[in-house]
Amino acid sequence: MLDDFLVRALLAGLCVAAAAGPLGCFVVWRRMAYFGDATAHAAILGVALALAFSISIFAGVLLVALAVALMISVLAGRGWAVDTTLGVVAHSGLAFGLVAVSFQPTVRVDLTAFLFGDILAVSRADLAVIAAGSALVAGLMAWRWSALLTATLSEDLAHAAGLKPARERLVLTVALALVVAVALQVVGALLIAAMLIVPAAAARNFARSPEGMALWAVAIGGLAVWGGLRASLIWDTPAGPSIVSVAAVIFALALPLGAVLGRR
Amino acid sequence: MPDLQRCGVTGVLQRRAAPALADDALIRAEGLAVAFGGGPVLRDVDLEIRRGEIVTIVGPNGAGKTVLLRALLGILPASRGRVARRAGLRVGYVPQRLHIDAALPMPVHRFLSLPARQSRKAQAEVLARVGLPGVERQSMTTLSGGQFQRVLLARALLSAPELLVLDEPTQGLDQPGTAAFYRLIAAVRAELGCAVLSVSHDLNVVMSASDRVICVNGHICCAGTPQAVLDAPEYRALFGHGTGGALALYRHHHDHAHDHGGVAEPPALEAERERDREVG
Repeated sequence: MLDDFLVRALLAGLCVAAAAGPLGCFVVWRRMAYFGDATAHAAILGVALALAFSISIFAGVLLVALAVALMISVLAGRGWAVDTTLGVVAHSGLAFGLVAVSFQPTVRVDLTAFLFGDILAVSRADLAVIAAGSALVAGLMAWRWSALLTATLSEDLAHAAGLKPARERLVLTVALALVVAVALQVVGALLIAAMLIVPAAAARNFARSPEGMALWAVAIGGLAVWGGLRASLIWDTPAGPSIVSVAAVIFALALPLGAVLGRR
Repeated sequence: MPDLQRCGVTGVLQRRAAPALADDALIRAEGLAVAFGGGPVLRDVDLEIRRGEIVTIVGPNGAGKTVLLRALLGILPASRGRVARRAGLRVGYVPQRLHIDAALPMPVHRFLSLPARQSRKAQAEVLARVGLPGVERQSMTTLSGGQFQRVLLARALLSAPELLVLDEPTQGLDQPGTAAFYRLIAAVRAELGCAVLSVSHDLNVVMSASDRVICVNGHICCAGTPQAVLDAPEYRALFGHGTGGALALYRHHHDHAHDHGGVAEPPALEAERERDREVG
């Protein structure tokens, strides 16, 4: 079954959807959308470093995404204007990454694969890494769920309950770096943030509880992966952007649908 | 005024004790200072909250009341001095206000189960206790201001707190709503026997219901029984601001002990009367 590249692509996409669903909810709730974008853009710098030092792309992206996410957290904590910090980091990460990749003389690098994903080229080994990374993120979310939710609602409430909000922020930062690393091949650096935000935003229209919203986000993300791959096959469109397009269509449909359901 | 402890005196009185917490102490601050960016917002705070007592922090806007509360809870780090909390102290915290983002669907029953899951029975009981039976399935965003504060209180009570911490919990409530909320607090405390630490500027309401009042303005101006604080010149100096004219008039008449008719009463005097009525 795994010999079929389409099956591997679908499984890889579903794994990413399962990890991005619950994490995406926190990104939406905590208004971290641009934070996710900045981390994802910096992934290109990770690709360049991985190529330069001949380590796996996954490891390179994970390291750079983690470093960038932590740096943003520290800078934001020091009172820098967050949107400025993110704007500087996101675009300089992307720019430095693109420049650094161009210095790779021996390797013919297909940049579009990293910018927009290359889900149809997912190998068995890639799939194993994507599945493991996604499982780690989903496990982390499940394990810290209640504490994360409390800290998201109010850091003071979390503190008073004996939790450490700083630790929960770190959990989210690590999870975000992991999702960036596993989603790079599926939707590409430019659209990773969309996989986090669009399904979660669509899910808000149907959900009546935080847990419900996370499950809806996983389901909508999965549906987008399936629909995007179908569309990509039928119309020969790029897979990653097709997946995000389907997610966006679901979001648009969810708005009136949620309003009707909510009124009943 | 035997219970009055002025700044300097407080320090001496409390520093002679061993650094460890006394048997009945829940939280203890020694030489606590808190600083943001520029200078200290709060300095030289010596304070102890003991089991079962009701302590109210009062002070003008920007005096550092909330800062003191947050430092005692460990939310803000001390820039000097130290805060000791009883190991495993269960704190029920009712924040000043809580904004729930519209993107976060949060029914009341889910909110009550944060961070620890609570049984339906426990939730139903505590909601009935705060006077909101049957709102479990309602979204937090559909509650009125008074209902919202009661749900916050209900959540705090579910942890069976040894210390209930209230940060101006009635801000945004009208006078009857505020009075009703404090009556509820008093009733709950009588049942649970927990200590209550609150920040307030509703002096009329809280003065009468406190064992100890701490008046803060960058440091502890004065502390002691409500009566002692009301009588303290530091307290009068602080709360004379804004009603300075009335207070001056009041002092003038008081000195000569003649005609009281037609003179606006300063808040402190109102508070005194209010308290006398409740005692009597």
